[in-house]
Parts: sequence; structure tokens; C-alpha cells
Amino acid sequence: MNTKRFTSLAALTASVALALTACGGSGATDAGDSGGGSTSVTFLPKNLGNPYFDTSDKGGKAAVDEFGGSFAEVGPEAASPDAQVPFINTAAQQGVNALVVSANDPKAICDALDEARGAGTKVVTFDSDTDPSCRDLFINQATAEGIAKVQVDMVAENIGDSGEIAILSASANATNQNAWIDLMKQDLAADHPNIELVDVVYGNDDDQTSFDKTSALLQSHPNLKAIVAPTTVGIAAAARYISTSDYKGKVDVTGLGTPDQMREYVKDGTVTQFALWNPEDLGYLAAYAAKALADGTITGAEGESFTAGKLGDYKVGADATVLLGDPFVFDAKNIDQFHF
Amino acid sequence: MSRTYSAWSRPLWQRVLLTREAAVIALLVVVWLYARAEVLHFDGPLTLPYLLLDTAPILLIAFPMTLVIVTGEIDLSVASVVGLSSVLVGVLHQHGMSVPVAALIAVVAGAACGALNGFLVAYVGLPSLAVTIGTLALYRGIAVGLLGTTAVTDFPEKWTSLAKDRIADGPIPLVVIPIALIGLGFAMLLHYTSFGRGIYDIGLNDEAARFSGVNVERTKLVLFVLASTVSAFAGVFYTLRYGSARGDNATGLELQVIAAVLLGGVSIFGGRGALHGVVAGVLLIGVISSALRLENVTVNVISIIIGLLLVLSVVSGSFAGRLSGLVSRIRRSGSTPQPPATVAGAHERETV
Repeated sequence: MNTKRFTSLAALTASVALALTACGGSGATDAGDSGGGSTSVTFLPKNLGNPYFDTSDKGGKAAVDEFGGSFAEVGPEAASPDAQVPFINTAAQQGVNALVVSANDPKAICDALDEARGAGTKVVTFDSDTDPSCRDLFINQATAEGIAKVQVDMVAENIGDSGEIAILSASANATNQNAWIDLMKQDLAADHPNIELVDVVYGNDDDQTSFDKTSALLQSHPNLKAIVAPTTVGIAAAARYISTSDYKGKVDVTGLGTPDQMREYVKDGTVTQFALWNPEDLGYLAAYAAKALADGTITGAEGESFTAGKLGDYKVGADATVLLGDPFVFDAKNIDQFHF
Repeated sequence: MSRTYSAWSRPLWQRVLLTREAAVIALLVVVWLYARAEVLHFDGPLTLPYLLLDTAPILLIAFPMTLVIVTGEIDLSVASVVGLSSVLVGVLHQHGMSVPVAALIAVVAGAACGALNGFLVAYVGLPSLAVTIGTLALYRGIAVGLLGTTAVTDFPEKWTSLAKDRIADGPIPLVVIPIALIGLGFAMLLHYTSFGRGIYDIGLNDEAARFSGVNVERTKLVLFVLASTVSAFAGVFYTLRYGSARGDNATGLELQVIAAVLLGGVSIFGGRGALHGVVAGVLLIGVISSALRLENVTVNVISIIIGLLLVLSVVSGSFAGRLSGLVSRIRRSGSTPQPPATVAGAHERETV
């Protein structure tokens, strides 16, 4: 009988001890090494294993390496707020200088962030903001005006600034898309009188619905010269339909998309250019902003400015927000540099 | 808790100290001391409160889950009940109800969920694995359907802080008090009542339990109702702690609960296990995750380590059981035959 108890005890102890020692050695070096002037920055994306955040964290790490701080990337497997909280708590325990987080919920992680700030950690949000009261700074990837303008500029360039275009949006009540579409209409009316917006259809961010709506658009508007899809699902579905149809080369597709989704359509000539922000730059800027906060160069007050390495100087805007800049345009020349 | 003659014939100190439960507790202490010594910041003031808050819902649900698993059944729907309860608190509060009333309705709804599980398992006679996989999807579906991808977050500060405040501003969160009371209640029920002895009897052999006067159906129904009711209470805590009612709250929590229960020495085949081992199992997983997070170990590696630990604990238990069965058979062949011990020995091999 004793053998049995001791076997199980020994096996359990050995396995845990092994596991802890194995990880203890390597992990301790990049953990919160807060003293001695080096800034420790922890990146907490919505979830790990997400190419978008892999790219932004890569930018963050590049920036932290540049200014000689210590970088750590942690995060949950699933993008849920309750799973993010333990990692925020851990950052507070470690006393890291700054935490850069993309919030899974604007409110649910607020208390944890407040506790971390109480422990002296500066909190920068990027990609998805929390309530402004819960963080020191938000790095905004793009403004609605910027997103609307880049799409109008792209379609105008692609079709020679004249002809019929249509918009393939997400759902009819999608807040972001509707705001962008309104701004695009204003922009078209003011600066592009020869472009006629003949239809706005909604694919509900569903691949098949967007595909079908593309087909319907092309049949009901034979003179259509371009489809603008301000949603990543829509632009990919529209490009897929056109790339295998007779309309390829006659009807242009542009809008907001990700390089991984759009690569084959750029290579086969269906799409000449599309836009989004550059997540690598976003992470890079967030890391420099975190350092500026930790150093006390800025506090998050409107009008303060700081330098973000190769990206240059940035100014803090209203609501402690820093704008990354104009959206980034992807085309055949640069698309192979991006993987998200 | 193996009900074998050889186990009961050992001296008291052996029966207390040389158990699977004592091994898990010892391991918890060892890991805790190791982490304090070797893991940077583990000895900080925030470790204990965060650890207790993080493990609170798991600990709560592990109590009734232990009883369910001791009967040889399982309840996979608990995390979905947490989600449903969270959404109910949110939706009812959004429509003007005060938090305590909304919480009460959510807990009652939880009891109803448990009654459905229990009815299908105990009275219709369906396997609990199948029933609760079904209700896992069903309750989560209702939760997500009620609130969609939105969240309710406008809970009054006095209730959300109740879920996070500490006793006398010390390191122990307030929520430990209801957990201790509920835990004590379940410990009494399992270890000191005839209802509790019936639970073990069902797990060992439910036909024999029936013939010895245990109301198998009623016992199972009660346990499933308790599991869902406590899960719903955990859902209320979850909602207030994160200040956010969401349909996807606590997704996957059932696996953490079951892993902790099994690690704590409860046999998945039923009939064996004790609550102090389960408490140690829950805390052990909590301490390991906390220490590894402090070392910035990625979440995948943490899952791998806890998974391996669980597999090893099951394997070592089963291996040791076989070994001890072999040893007692060899010993018996050299002495006078003891028919009851043979039965018990064979039994132990399949239940340990």
C-alpha cells in the first residue's frame, strides 16, 4: 500500500518540479526586469496565435529592442476579456513599467488595469480601446476620415476618376462602415463629380452572402467600373467572384483588406490596391508611447509630443489618443512584406 | 477512500497521511514553497488575492462536481450555466432589476437547468456525458442568443466591488467566505451524512446501492441540481468580478473544473475521492498557472504542463493500483486465503 502512495507522490512532485525548473531558467531573464533604467514593456494582444497581433507584437519588439528595454508578449488562447485579466494581474505583480494591451472588452478589464496602474504600471491600449478612464494612452490606428479618404482616392485612381461604382458593405447597421460610407459620399460629391455611386449593398460580413451580392451587383449594373468594400470579408468575396468571372480586368475591386486574404487577387491582377493600417507600425508606435509614459516624457495630456524611432514625432490628441497616421496602401510591390 | 478491508485495517496515521489527498496537499505545499523561493514576484502582496479570485469560480463548481463524479456521472454543462447565469444577471439588470434580484433569478434558472440535466440522466436513464454535452451547447446557445456579441457592463460599483474587496483590506478576498461556507456544506453532505454515503455506494455499484436502500434517481437529480445552482452562483460572481455580462463568459471552464477534481484524487469511474483533495487540486493548478505566468511562460505551455500533470496523476494512480493489487495477491498466496479481501482487491483496481 505504501508503495502506491509514494509512487504517486513521487511522480507528481517530480513532474511539477521538472516543469517549473525547466521554465524557470529561461523565463526569468525576460520577466519584469524593472530596475536599472531599462524599461520593461509587456504586450498583451487580444489572443495569441493571431497573425494580425503577431505582426503588431513584432513591431513592438523591434521598438523595445531599439531603446534597449525588455520585451515580453503574453496573452490568452481565446479572445475573451476574462482570459485577459489574469495576464494584467500578472503584469501588476511583476511591476512592469508599461503594459500595451488590445482590449477584448472596453469595460471588463478596466478594474484589473486600474489595479495595475495603482501598482505603477503605465497602460497603453492599441487596436481596441478601453474606456478612456482605464488607460493612460490609446494608439488609434486610423480615423474615420482617413479610412474614407483613402478608399475614395484608390477607386478614383483605379478607374480614372469617372464612372459608376458600388459599395459592398458589412451589415446595414454596422456603425463603423456606415460612418465611413457617409464620409465617402461627401468626399465623392465634393471632389469627384464624375464618379457616380449607384448602389450600396450589404453582405453582412458573411463570405457567401457577399459573394452573391457581388454577382447581383454586376448583373444589375452592367456599366459598373468598380466595387469598394470597406470590410475585409466583403473585399475578399468580391475579389474571389471577379477573379473567376468575365469581369476580371473590367471591374476593379478595392477597399479594406488584409494582405494574406488579398495576396492571390493582387498577384492575378483582379485587385491593384487596397488599404488597411500597418499593424507592425502600430505595435512599434505603441511601444515607443509606452516608453515615453514610463520615462515621464509624456503623461497623456493633449498637446504633448514624443519621438517614436523611425516613425518620427507624434502628438497626443484629445482623450489621450495618438493617431498612427493615414491608412497604409498595399499593392503588388509591397504585399509580400506583410503576413497577417 | 478506497473501501477495502486492507485500507481500513491500516493504522490511523497511515490512513490519514498515506492517501492520494495527502499527496496532492503535500505537492501543493512543495510547489508553493518552490515558487516563493524561485519565481520572481511570487512572494509579492498581490499573489494570494489574485490566486483566490482566479480560482474562486473553479473552486465553487468543483465542490458539487466532485459529488457528481463520485457517483460515476459527469456534468459538462457547468460552464454554460455560468455563461447563462451571467447573461441573465446582465439582461435583467439592463431591464431595471436590482442586482440581488437579478442574481436570485439567475440562480433559480440555474437550478432549473440542473433539474433538466438530472431528470434526463436519473429518470430517463440517458448517459450524463451525452446529456450534458447537449445541454452544454443548449445553455451556451441560449446565453449567446440572449445577448449576442454585446456585453452588459453598467453594474453599480457597490456590487462589483463586493466581488473583489478583501476581508479587512488583507490579502483574502471577501468571496472566500461564501466559498468556505458552501465548501463546508458539501463536505458535511458528502462525508458525514447517509446521503453522502449513498453517493459513494452509487459510484461503486449503483445496483447494489439501490438494493441497500439508496434512492439512486433522487440522489443523482439532487446532485445535478446542486451542480447547476452553484454554477449559476459562480456565474453571478464572475459577472460582478469582471463587471461584464457576456454570453461567452467562462467558456471552457468545465474542463478546468474537471481537471482539478481528477487531480485532487477523485476517480473518474466513481466511488472514490474526498473534498480536501479537490480543494488542493484546484489550488495546485492555480499556483502552477500563477507561477508560470509570472515567468512569462505562454499559455499553450501552461496548458501542456497542466495536461501532463493530469495525465501523470491518472497514470500513476492506475499504475500504483495495479502494482498494489499484484503485491497483495502475491502476499495472499503465501498466507491463509481471505475471500473478502480478494473481492476488495479486484474492486480497488478498477476504481482507483
